[in-house]
Amino acid sequence: MEMPQPDRGVIARREEIAGALRAIVGDEWVLSQESERRPFECDGITAYRALPLLVVLPANTEQVQGVLRYCYHQKIKVVPRGSGTSLSGGALPLEDGVLLATTRMNAILDIDPRNRTTRVQPGVQNVKVSEAVRHLGLCYMPDPSSQVIATIGGNLAENSGGVHCLKYGVTSNHVLGVEAVLITGDVMHLGGRFTGAADSEIDLTCVLSGSEGLLAFVTEVTLRLMPMPTTARVLSLGFSTANDASGCVGTIIGRGIIPAGLEFMDRTTIDAVSSLLGETHAPEVGAILLCELDGAAVEVDELVAVVEKVARDGGANEVRISSTEAERESIWRGRKSAFGAIGKIAKDYYCTDGTIPRGQLPEVLKRMEALSQKYGLRCANCFHAGDGNLHPIIMYDAAKPGDLEKAEAFGADILKACVDVGGVLSGEHGIGVEKRDLMPYQFSEVDLSQQQRLKCVFDPDELLNPGKVFPTPCQCAEFGRMHVHGGAVRFPDVPRF
Amino acid sequence: MSVLDQPKTIVRIRPETVEDLAAAITAAVPYGKTFEITGGATKLSLGNPVSANAVLDLSGLSGAVFYEPEELVLKVHAGTPLAEVREMLAERQQHLAFDPPDYGSVLGLRKDGATIGGVVACNIAGPRRLLGGTPRDVLLGVEGVNGRGEHFKAGGRTVKNVTGYDLPKLMAGSHGVLAVLTTLTLKVAPRPQDEATLLLSGQSEAKGVEMMLDALRMSAEVSGAAHLPARQVGVSRTALRLEGSKTSVDARLIELEHQFHRTGEVAKIFGSESAAFWREVRDLDALAPQPDESIWRLLVPATQAARIAAAVGGRALYDWGGSQIFVAMPTARVQEDAASIRSIVGQVGGRAILFRAPDAVRRRVGAQHPSTSIIEELSERTRRAFDPSSILNPGRLGRINGGAQ
Repeated sequence: MEMPQPDRGVIARREEIAGALRAIVGDEWVLSQESERRPFECDGITAYRALPLLVVLPANTEQVQGVLRYCYHQKIKVVPRGSGTSLSGGALPLEDGVLLATTRMNAILDIDPRNRTTRVQPGVQNVKVSEAVRHLGLCYMPDPSSQVIATIGGNLAENSGGVHCLKYGVTSNHVLGVEAVLITGDVMHLGGRFTGAADSEIDLTCVLSGSEGLLAFVTEVTLRLMPMPTTARVLSLGFSTANDASGCVGTIIGRGIIPAGLEFMDRTTIDAVSSLLGETHAPEVGAILLCELDGAAVEVDELVAVVEKVARDGGANEVRISSTEAERESIWRGRKSAFGAIGKIAKDYYCTDGTIPRGQLPEVLKRMEALSQKYGLRCANCFHAGDGNLHPIIMYDAAKPGDLEKAEAFGADILKACVDVGGVLSGEHGIGVEKRDLMPYQFSEVDLSQQQRLKCVFDPDELLNPGKVFPTPCQCAEFGRMHVHGGAVRFPDVPRF
Repeated sequence: MSVLDQPKTIVRIRPETVEDLAAAITAAVPYGKTFEITGGATKLSLGNPVSANAVLDLSGLSGAVFYEPEELVLKVHAGTPLAEVREMLAERQQHLAFDPPDYGSVLGLRKDGATIGGVVACNIAGPRRLLGGTPRDVLLGVEGVNGRGEHFKAGGRTVKNVTGYDLPKLMAGSHGVLAVLTTLTLKVAPRPQDEATLLLSGQSEAKGVEMMLDALRMSAEVSGAAHLPARQVGVSRTALRLEGSKTSVDARLIELEHQFHRTGEVAKIFGSESAAFWREVRDLDALAPQPDESIWRLLVPATQAARIAAAVGGRALYDWGGSQIFVAMPTARVQEDAASIRSIVGQVGGRAILFRAPDAVRRRVGAQHPSTSIIEELSERTRRAFDPSSILNPGRLGRINGGAQ
C-alpha cells in the first residue's frame, strides 16, 4: 500500500503552519510535538501508520472554516478524523497533512421530541445520542459495533450500519440535515430538521454519507429519531454446519420476516467466545445464528414461534430463546465480545468487510475455507448474516516476516470473491486506503471517473483526504477539458500512487 | 406539460437497447441537441418545463433483469411500467415500501402509466414514507448513460455498501438532469398481511396535526398519518394507519384507541376499505383540484404545519404526519403570492415546491424552492460533472439550469 509522496517543503514549514493555525483555534489545540502527534498515527487499522504534520482540534464551525480556508490558500492537505475507529485507514494521517479532529465538537445541540430529531456536533459518540433521548422513549437506530467510541461524524463519513440496519437502514437513511464546511472555508447547509427536509432534487446530503471525508468537513448533523420498540427478543440458533445456518437466513427472510438483527458466528468464533465468557455450546454446534425480533409484544411472540419452527425444520440442534431482558443481553454478550475474544486467541488479526447477496453465503464461506488452506492462516467468521455483510477475521502474527502481507493478500482474495458473486468491496468499513487498489476490480474506468468527477465538484485541488478511496489521483483540472468517446480508457499513462 | 397547455410535436427517439441510447446521446453532443426524457409521460409537469429538440422515450427499455424475493432485491430496466413491478412483487407477497403515488389524475396527465424509472427520477413517495422512506432510501444501484454518452454503473445490489460515492442516491430525485437511468436495483419488502386505520373526525387542522405527532411518538409503528380538512370531505378526518400481521395490528389498534378515545368521534376501517382510503390520500384524489387551481407541495417541520398552512391559505391535505402538505389554490393567486409563500415556508427551514401549475406559471415562478447560492452552485457543478453540455432535460430544475454559462 503506497501513499502519495509527502511534500518535504510543507513538512519543513511545520512550526510556521502551527503558528498560523494556533491563531485560529488557540495555542493548546494545535499539537506539533512528536510525542503529542504519536497517538494519532493510525486509526483502527494499526498496520498502517503515518505521523501527521499537525493535529488540530477546532471547537466550532467558525474555527473549522478558518483552518480549512488557511489550508486551501496554502495548498496544505487535510485529513478529517473522529475517534479513529475506521477499519479501512480512512483516518490514516498524511505526513504533510493537517489532521483535523472533531474531538472537541462533541455537543448534542438540541433535541426536538415532537419532530423526532436531534441536532448534534460530529464528535458526539453514536451511543450518546440514544442515551440522551432514551427518557423520551426515542432512539437513534444505526448502531455500529464501535458505537461506544465511534462518532456521528465518522458514522456519516462511512455510512455506518450495525446490527439493526437490516430492518431500520443505515446512517444515510437517518440523516435529515448536515452543516459542512467546504475546503474553501465556505459553510453549506443541506437538508433541514424534519422528515422530508433532505428531499431536495440534487441530493448532496446523501452524497456526503459514505464519502469518507473526501468532499467536505461535517460540522453538524440532524438525525432522525424513532420510537423505541416496546419489546425485543433474541433467539440463539445452533446448526451443525455453516451451510445449514446460512440456509436458515434465507428461509427466515423468505417467510416475510425482517429481524431487527440477524448475526452469524462460526465454530472458531464460538470457541473463542467460550474461552472468554465460559459460555458453552454443544460440540455438534458448528455455527450459530442470533436472530432478534422487535416490535409489539404479541407480534414478537408470534414471530419467535415462527422463527423457532423454521430453524428446527432447517436442522437447528440447539435453540435458546430469551424471555427476559437479562437473558437477551446475555445472549448478545457472546456476539458483542467476539472480536475481543479472537484478540485473545490470535497474536494479531485483520478484519475485512465485503458484502454479498445472502444466497451466496455458502459459496463464499467455501471459498474462504480454501483460501485459508492456501495461505496457511486461520480465519474466523462472525458477521451480519441478514444483510450479507461479511467480517472475515484473518489471524496472523505481525512478528513473523511476511505474515502481514499474506493476511492482506488473503483479505484481498476474499473481497474479490465477494465482487465475483455480485457483492461489493465494503459494506460499512469503507474503502479508505485498505481497499483502494481493489476499486478497479469492482468498477470500470468509466464508473470510477464518474465518481472522481464528483470529487472535483467539491474539492478540485484534492486537498481533502487525498490518497483514499481512489487508486489514482482525480486530476480535476483535466476533467474540464477532456472529452472521452465510447468508453475509451482515461489516463492510460497516469501512474498509480 | 399539463392538460392546461398545448402539446408540442417534436422528434421522438425510442431506444430499445442501452447501446442505441448511448449512441443517440453521443451523436447529439457535438451538435448541442437536447432531450426531454420520458417514461410513461405521467409526471412531465413536475419541475420546470423543458424545451428540448427531441423526446427520449425510455419505454422500450423494459422488463426485470432479476427478481430474488428471498434476497429482497429487484433489478429492473427503467422503462418498466410501475404496474408490472407491483404485480410481480405482489405475486410473492412483496411490495415497494415507499408506496409510489400515481399523480396522473391530479396532474391532468395519464393515470396508471407510470414507469419505475420516472418514480425514482422524481423521488416520489406515498404516506408510508414514514416507515418505508422514499425511492432514494431503497435504491441500491443504478446503471445509466450520462450526458457524455458514457454507460456507467454505481452502487450495487446489497443494502450495505460503502464502495465509492453513493451515486444512486444522487440520481433519485434528480429529474433526469444528471443521466438517463437504464436499470435500477431496488430493495423490496414483505407486504404487510393486514391493515387498519383509526379515523378521528372533526378535529381542527392544528389539533389534527398534534394528534398525528402524538401517534408518531408512540411505538405503535404508525405507517400513515394524514389529515384531510373539513372543506374536502364534509367533516375533517385525521387518519392513522397500522400494518402488519392481524394479531399485531389488533393489539396496536387497541393502544391507539386507548390514546385517542377521549379526543372525539373515533371510527375504524379495515383491510381493503383502509387500503382504498390511503390510495385516495396517496394519489391526492382527496384534494380534487378544480381546473383553474394550482397545487403547492410544502415540506415543513410537522410542528409548524398547521400554522404555515393557515398563513399560506388555500385547501390543505396533510401527509407524513404534517411534514408534507399539498395546498390547492387558484392559479391567479400563485402568480401573485409565490414569493411571499416561499418566504413563509422558508422561515421555518421548509420548501415550497410548485407541484401543479400551467407551464407558463411554473416557468415564471420556478417549480423548485430556491436554495442558497452555495448549494445552487454545487448542484450546478454536480450536474455538469454528469452532463457538461446540458443536453439532458435542460432547464427541468430551473436555476440549476443546464443552460449556457
